[in-house]
Amino acid sequence: MTDVYTLEGIEHRYGDRTVVDVPRLSIEPGEILGVVGPSGAGKSTLLRLLNFLEHPTKGRLMYRGEEIGPDAPLALRRDVTTVFQRPMLLRRSVAANVRFGQKMRGESDESRVQRCIERLGLAELADEPARTLSVGEAQRAALARALVVRPSVLLLDEPTGNLDPYNTGLLEEIVGEENAERGTTVVLVTHDVFQARRLADRTALMISGRIVELAETEEFYENPKAPTTAAFLRGELVL
Amino acid sequence: MTPRRAKTPLPLLALLLVVLLGASCSAGATAAPRVLRLATTTSTYDSGLLDAILPSFENQENARVDVVAVGTGQAIALGEAGDADVILVHARAREDAFVADGHGTERLDVMYNDFIVVGPPDDPAAVEGTPIAADALAAIAEAGATFASRGDDSGTHAKEQSLWAASGTEPDSGAGWYKSLGQGMGSTLNYANETGAYALTDRGTYLSQRDSLPNLTVMVGGASIDENADPILLNSYGVIPVNPDAGEIDADLASAFAEWITSLDAQQMIESYGVETFGRPLFYPNSSAWTNR
Amino acid sequence: MDTLARALVDAFGLLLALDPELVEVVARTLQVTIGALFVALVVGIPIGAAIGLTRDLPGRAILIPVIYTGMGLPPVVVGLFTYLLLSNQGPLGGLGWLFTPTGMVVAQTIIALPLVVGLTMTAVQSIDPDLPVQMRALGATRMQIAMTTLLESRAGVTAAVVAAYGAIISEVGAVMLVGGNIEGETRVLTTAIVLETRKGNFALALALGIILLGIAFLTNFAFHRLQVRQGGP
Repeated sequence: MTDVYTLEGIEHRYGDRTVVDVPRLSIEPGEILGVVGPSGAGKSTLLRLLNFLEHPTKGRLMYRGEEIGPDAPLALRRDVTTVFQRPMLLRRSVAANVRFGQKMRGESDESRVQRCIERLGLAELADEPARTLSVGEAQRAALARALVVRPSVLLLDEPTGNLDPYNTGLLEEIVGEENAERGTTVVLVTHDVFQARRLADRTALMISGRIVELAETEEFYENPKAPTTAAFLRGELVL
Repeated sequence: MTPRRAKTPLPLLALLLVVLLGASCSAGATAAPRVLRLATTTSTYDSGLLDAILPSFENQENARVDVVAVGTGQAIALGEAGDADVILVHARAREDAFVADGHGTERLDVMYNDFIVVGPPDDPAAVEGTPIAADALAAIAEAGATFASRGDDSGTHAKEQSLWAASGTEPDSGAGWYKSLGQGMGSTLNYANETGAYALTDRGTYLSQRDSLPNLTVMVGGASIDENADPILLNSYGVIPVNPDAGEIDADLASAFAEWITSLDAQQMIESYGVETFGRPLFYPNSSAWTNR
Repeated sequence: MDTLARALVDAFGLLLALDPELVEVVARTLQVTIGALFVALVVGIPIGAAIGLTRDLPGRAILIPVIYTGMGLPPVVVGLFTYLLLSNQGPLGGLGWLFTPTGMVVAQTIIALPLVVGLTMTAVQSIDPDLPVQMRALGATRMQIAMTTLLESRAGVTAAVVAAYGAIISEVGAVMLVGGNIEGETRVLTTAIVLETRKGNFALALALGIILLGIAFLTNFAFHRLQVRQGGP
């Protein structure tokens, strides 16, 4: 089976600063890959590359065996979506926000929209203006609008960074379900090492744009190879 | 309705302030000059005549003349409302009515020049050289050739209407050839020049604008006032002091002005004005003092 | 005081009598205003949105001050420019648009366009830059992002429409020059007001002014209702 993503010699720079430097990385279909690391390690930038929002300065980015140029084909772009730490919802009702991705694709499957709304516990709020939602509700709406387009890759950028334990638990549960039921490939960027441990099949530690260690989650936490990983897991400052 | 912000640089504002303060101080120091509010038509002002002759009056009376140059209709309305002390206009019938209705004390002849009919060189109505303006207008109406009217109740417009009456034809704006512009003389001439229309104009405005009017030539009225064979085309200016009952009128100064502008001195200045630039006067004096001299 | 009172009475009298000349002038005013507003919006909103969304546009440092200057263009200068453009001796003289409502629409469009472009640009720029990114992540095309961003900034875009409308309907210098204030052809409310003032018919002029204000108010009232209804969420 081809990998969902293959990265070869990827470097991404902002001016003189190299933010991502990944010589090799493969992401397998149906896996949940956790990416942990301190703030500013380049985790979010990596996700932007994976969502084709930016094109790497150097190297080859392959999606399902196809090399992606500066302008990713629309069909491939629509195969992947991201839930961001700070969701930006439109000045419309919650339901209209959830429907957005379908509308962009010229599709209309209202029953799926309703199912996603219910699944995330937003049924009561469906007709409310999205701007009146609490942070937790807004992030649930953001996950609903992502799931409604049935992505084959779901990218999560610190999705629970601002959330309380209840909302965090709900989101984790649904991401897990989505992965188990539909085989959705998930890349979860988080600085919460426990969240990665709960969800991820494999976990990577990213520091200063480089992947320091990548292993099966069990192995990563129980038996880290790199001293930096061990230090990071102990809660020490790593740079 | 849309506010336009005028950005005035700070130094300029400061300068303005200083000038204003200075002006108010000096005004307090010497006796304030009296102010005469003169409402007149644009032709007397735009031609530069008033700027040339008024200083002599201002010195003589230690007065300042504030000139409001507007259409004859508005000038007369200003007089009626008591917002002017004296008016200098050129619409004889309305001037007489103004005095008859008690708005003015008396009307005195000041000066005259003449109207002419201009039109496109290809002359579709074949009126070039017609001596009498009313005949030319009748021919224009007959041919349905485009005619541009001031349409603004100005003295020129009033003259045009009396010419139509004399021609025995009724200009019909519904027929499409009669364009009632509602604009000043200069704009009306520009319009005629652009669209190949005929128009009635005072000779002075036409002469001063002639360089930018390549598509217009004189149809009725000849090359100068001496060649103008139609007495109706005489354009006569009169001065009327406003009735002191109309409001806060400086009646003394107003009648002093009327007396001055009809005096031999002022009449002499009127006759010589423009000779240097145009080779002939723009206005010909005709006060009773001048004609009886 | 007398003139003011008479103006109010005259304004109502003209309206109640549905004076045919007045109806004609009002219809022409609306025709020119709506025509210019339509062109300015159709051309200006996409340009404003494009500039607002393209934050790395080359020449932006020059372009934006140019637009801001355009927002304050003296209408008379625009009128003069349009006049010379459409004159027989001008480059577009062959169109025969001088002294026609079409020519007036051209001048008014030039006046309104920078307002629409500038205010749309500002409205679009006030949208959080993360929003277009997230819309793109949800599979929106560039065009879909632009349309959605415009919809998001609809309050600001409505302000652009209102400003352009106000500038057009109240403008007098340019339409006087380009239209010529021809009775039954190019006379609009503002030029009629100037004309009646010059004639000394102050009460009638003021009555026309009151009618102009009334039309502007009714239209803005409608715009505002629209804004309130849409701006809810």
